[in-house]
Amino acid sequence: MSVLEEKEYSKNFDLSTWKELLPFVKPFKRQIIFMMVLMFIVAAIDAVSPFLTGWVIDNVIVPGETGKLPYFGIFYGILIIIQALVIWLFIDIAGKIDMGICYEIRKGAFHRIQELSFSYFDKTPTGWLMARLTSDTQKLGDVVAWGIVDLTWGITMMTTMAILMAFTHLKLTLIILSVIPVLFVIAVYFQRKILKRFREVRKVNSKITASFSEGIRGAKTTKTLVREQANDMEFHKLTGSMRRSSVRAAVLSALFLPMVLTLGSIGTALAIGMGGNGVVAGTISFGVLVSFIFCSLQFFDPIMELSRVFADLQYAQASAERVISLIQTEPGIKDPEEIEESYGTFLHPKRENWPAIKGSITFENVSFAYDKGQAVLSNFNLEVSAGETIALVGETGSGKSTIVNLACRFYEPTEGKILIDGVDYRKRSLQWLHSHLGYVLQNPHLFSGTIMDNIRYGRLNATDEEVKEAARLVNAHEFITALSEGYQTDVGEEGAKLSTGEKQLVSFARAILANPMIFVLDEATSSVDTETEFLIQQAINKVLEGRTSFIIAHRLSTIRSADRILVVRNGKIEEGGTHHELLKNRGYYYRLYTNQFMEERESRLLSV
Amino acid sequence: MGTHVQGPPNLRLVHSSTRLRVISGNIIMKKKNFSVLFTFMRGNRAQYLLSIFAIAISTIISLLNPLVIRYLIDSVIGGEPFEGPAWLISLLEKLGGTSWMLQHIMLGASSLILLTAVSGLFHFLKGKWSAEAAETTAKNIRNRFFAHLQRLPFDYHVKARTGDLIQRATSDIETIRKFLATQFVEIGRTLFMVIMAATIMIRLNVKMGLFSMAVIPFIFTFAYLFFLKVQKTFRASDEAEGRLSTVLQENLTGIRVVKAFGRHRFEIDRFDERNQEFRVLTTRLIRLLAWYWSLSDFMSLMQIGAVLILGGYWAATGVFSMGTMVVFFTYVGRLLWPVRQLGRILTEMGKTFVSLERIQEILNEPEEKDLFSGLHPEITGRIEFDHVSFRYEEGPDILKDVSFTVEAGETIAFLGPTGSGKTSLVHLLPRLYEPTSGEIRIDGIPLGTIEKQWLREKVGIILQEPFLFQKTLKENIALARDGVIEEQIFTAAETAAVHDVILSFERGYDTLIGEGGVTLSGGQKQRVAMARTLMKESPILIFDDSLSAVDTETDAQIRKSLKDRGNKATTFIIAHRTSTLAEADKIIILENGRIVQMGTHEELSRQDGLYRRIWQIQNELETELEEELNPQLQA
Repeated sequence: MSVLEEKEYSKNFDLSTWKELLPFVKPFKRQIIFMMVLMFIVAAIDAVSPFLTGWVIDNVIVPGETGKLPYFGIFYGILIIIQALVIWLFIDIAGKIDMGICYEIRKGAFHRIQELSFSYFDKTPTGWLMARLTSDTQKLGDVVAWGIVDLTWGITMMTTMAILMAFTHLKLTLIILSVIPVLFVIAVYFQRKILKRFREVRKVNSKITASFSEGIRGAKTTKTLVREQANDMEFHKLTGSMRRSSVRAAVLSALFLPMVLTLGSIGTALAIGMGGNGVVAGTISFGVLVSFIFCSLQFFDPIMELSRVFADLQYAQASAERVISLIQTEPGIKDPEEIEESYGTFLHPKRENWPAIKGSITFENVSFAYDKGQAVLSNFNLEVSAGETIALVGETGSGKSTIVNLACRFYEPTEGKILIDGVDYRKRSLQWLHSHLGYVLQNPHLFSGTIMDNIRYGRLNATDEEVKEAARLVNAHEFITALSEGYQTDVGEEGAKLSTGEKQLVSFARAILANPMIFVLDEATSSVDTETEFLIQQAINKVLEGRTSFIIAHRLSTIRSADRILVVRNGKIEEGGTHHELLKNRGYYYRLYTNQFMEERESRLLSV
Repeated sequence: MGTHVQGPPNLRLVHSSTRLRVISGNIIMKKKNFSVLFTFMRGNRAQYLLSIFAIAISTIISLLNPLVIRYLIDSVIGGEPFEGPAWLISLLEKLGGTSWMLQHIMLGASSLILLTAVSGLFHFLKGKWSAEAAETTAKNIRNRFFAHLQRLPFDYHVKARTGDLIQRATSDIETIRKFLATQFVEIGRTLFMVIMAATIMIRLNVKMGLFSMAVIPFIFTFAYLFFLKVQKTFRASDEAEGRLSTVLQENLTGIRVVKAFGRHRFEIDRFDERNQEFRVLTTRLIRLLAWYWSLSDFMSLMQIGAVLILGGYWAATGVFSMGTMVVFFTYVGRLLWPVRQLGRILTEMGKTFVSLERIQEILNEPEEKDLFSGLHPEITGRIEFDHVSFRYEEGPDILKDVSFTVEAGETIAFLGPTGSGKTSLVHLLPRLYEPTSGEIRIDGIPLGTIEKQWLREKVGIILQEPFLFQKTLKENIALARDGVIEEQIFTAAETAAVHDVILSFERGYDTLIGEGGVTLSGGQKQRVAMARTLMKESPILIFDDSLSAVDTETDAQIRKSLKDRGNKATTFIIAHRTSTLAEADKIIILENGRIVQMGTHEELSRQDGLYRRIWQIQNELETELEEELNPQLQA
């Protein structure tokens, strides 16, 4: 996936990328136009100001007439009140546009993320997605809103001033402005170079961060391997190159301003030299001379701002590309239109049209491979009748989880089909199936909020009493009520304030509250302590009754209670039957069982 | 790049997004903080001074420009007599006086270019020097922080909050760097500017000079107070952003749960709430900034207008020349921007001091002792524990009066329930912890007298949860020893039964581990860590339950190849697999920090106790299988 690369920079400015962003900017069309009008005013007042000085010189100082000063004062006062007002307005509105665009893009991207299928998240790191919705989005809002501010202001001010100058004295204007194009080209060139250098700095910087993180997390290992000095040396190399690239970047940007100012002073010198001759010859007034001097000085700000905006835009291009690539990713699994019509969409399901579910599942010649990789399953067949409990055992990578994920339609078969209640599940909507699904994972994931909120996640309209009922059913009630705030206990970020076992019980209650017809326990007991395992085991026996369930497990107690045990090896069912039958076979299951028996007993003996 | 208003005095006061990028921070300025800062600047102080010197010169020269313009306007063009230092007047007279200058006005104007260039040169030098100084300081802080972290005691890292440490190492150091590289010198520049401009203006005309600067104290106070006041709003926006990313993070890590429950709608609403909140709070912040910029712009514009009007009046009535008025006008415009920035910088300085404190806090933690000092004895591997007791800083005794002897080359196995002190015991050997009482001797030499680095070279320990570095597999294995050849790496990997696994990866030994590379399973990690430790060929080897995630068969294979390799090392093994235990020369059973049983497999299997109970599981299994398979027997 080329989009995954953190390429920070696109060589060519590409308008079509920015066009894709238009839908997010459109809601602010009127505000943007208003803001541009405001910037016209600001720029115009800025452009006029050197001529105000000129006016004072020609009409007050040179003739020695102070009578006009009060009128000038009033005019000036009005002007700056307008200016202050307009400045307030444009900052406020630009802020609104900036935050608004961020909001819209974030919303759109988040929406899309919710629709993407499991396979997308398999290959996309969380950090990558986070960055898209935070820093990239922020960058885009920034560059659009403030970019428009700076562009409008810069261009308007330069144009207005050039016109005013030209009307005052065309020849002198042309002479002074001859420096501008050169200046502009140099400025853009420099800004680009500077940005590039700073990107290098950021790259080294992220290496330093990684190094710190490793140094801290690996400190214990470092001690045992006596790597302190060696690590120091490696780290010094990094900080050394950080220093070098930072200084290089800083030197370049330190060069920028003096260069522009020096080049700019040529314009001022021209104004004084040429203009001064004109004053002596009587063709130019003092006021005009002074206002031209100020004009020549004032031309730099817009040039610097404009060159910065151009460089920024180019930099933001990469952000735009990444965000757009995310928003435009099509979900791998999606309901076709005719299904959406009768079953409704994610956001507006038509539950009234949904058929009831019994829960029989059939794999018919199913083959499956993750993303063009090696086939995990080929020509796989399996029939599970409604209400049956199936335990899947086998090594990591044998295909157990794949079978379950296919049954849940988190992935779809590459070939063959899966029937639920005798109907290909692709003929029904995703949400129809998922709303009948109970799912408990090895690493239970909770959301911040109270325990009550977390269990209720299983069925949003459940009453408090129903939530407690579910908790009782899975033996979670006891530990919850023992907490000082009971069901209102805050679980912390990702449930960090609870132990793994407690989290597992909560996630179990959450799943059961949904009253699912199909239940999946994916290694649900493997990372909990023996006590919790016992509680969960009890609960499993209670709640799986009458539901079709898949249990992936290696704890014997969990496996043994299943109606049918399937031993999966290399994507095939090697053995299948009840615990008793399989032991009799003295095959793979027999070995697995004896090993596991020893381990469990040993660890029980040792975990006093 | 800051946008400097080097230019003219006008209604324009830079409307750029740059002005909005403000960061929040608390104001805690203590004398102590300054001295800490100066310590970090050691070695580069001259360079800092040099850059302040450069900026002073640059500022002075840049302030000359308006004076040149004044001379050209008043004296050369306007024909008024020139007032200035005597040497300058005589120099100009020698050149040919005003009339000569008038003929060569372009030349006079060119001096502006020269002055700007020279001022620019010093400005550049300031940039270069301050960057060099600040980056060197940052480098030193980083190196020192990193080295210090690695030398903190083992126990510190057991308890450390990783995220917090990383944040200190990165963003706090960055804050300090930024302050040194830009703000530090910027404060100097602004002060110079104000002092120089004030001096020149007052010398030109006292009244007008004072009048021109009237607004400065107000604007400065306003800026300072404003940024002080809005800290709360800044924080509110920051916190909202934090909440937004928490919701996002939780959604992404729990996306499978979201999908399994079909909670898209719910999640979208939840996210929208935070998204909206962040938007509202930040928009509110920007509105406050709009007040700041429009008000401070208004004040500045009033001052400029006042100078224009009063200056115009006095110039018209002949109090001073037109050129002088232009000088005042120019200076005022130049002063206002840095003064406004200064108010902000000062409020932000608090943040730097907070960062300094956070760095200092870690640096003040004492480092490990004896890391680089002590004896360097030859070690063959005879180990004696002599009445050793141990407890963590505050807590109950973990080991109580433990005594035993292991001959060089022997294998000793430890068995005991969780919390019986096995891991603490083996951690004492490489001096990751020190005994509270008693003594451990290696070849008769007290452990406490041996240099830790030397000792750890001789004691290979494979931790329960080993850490692999983000390098290739080859580099990871070679880590423990310098100058190794590939053959040695392969052999170690083969012994640890991980060679074939590695070869099965597309890039073999060059496979990168961790982010952007492959993720190893727990068992694979343990085996790579084992290969890494084997590379040391240390006379003492410790397995701290280090093969717990490896399956029974591979475990057996590893033990066999260790034996085939002719393992001469004194070996400590913490394990609970019966087969592993049985092979040891001596087995020690620990319970509650005491040795309750010690002996060979034969001896212990005859005694009642934990060891025998473990072995009895085998019998239990057989009975159970019997029952399961021959149900008739039960009847």
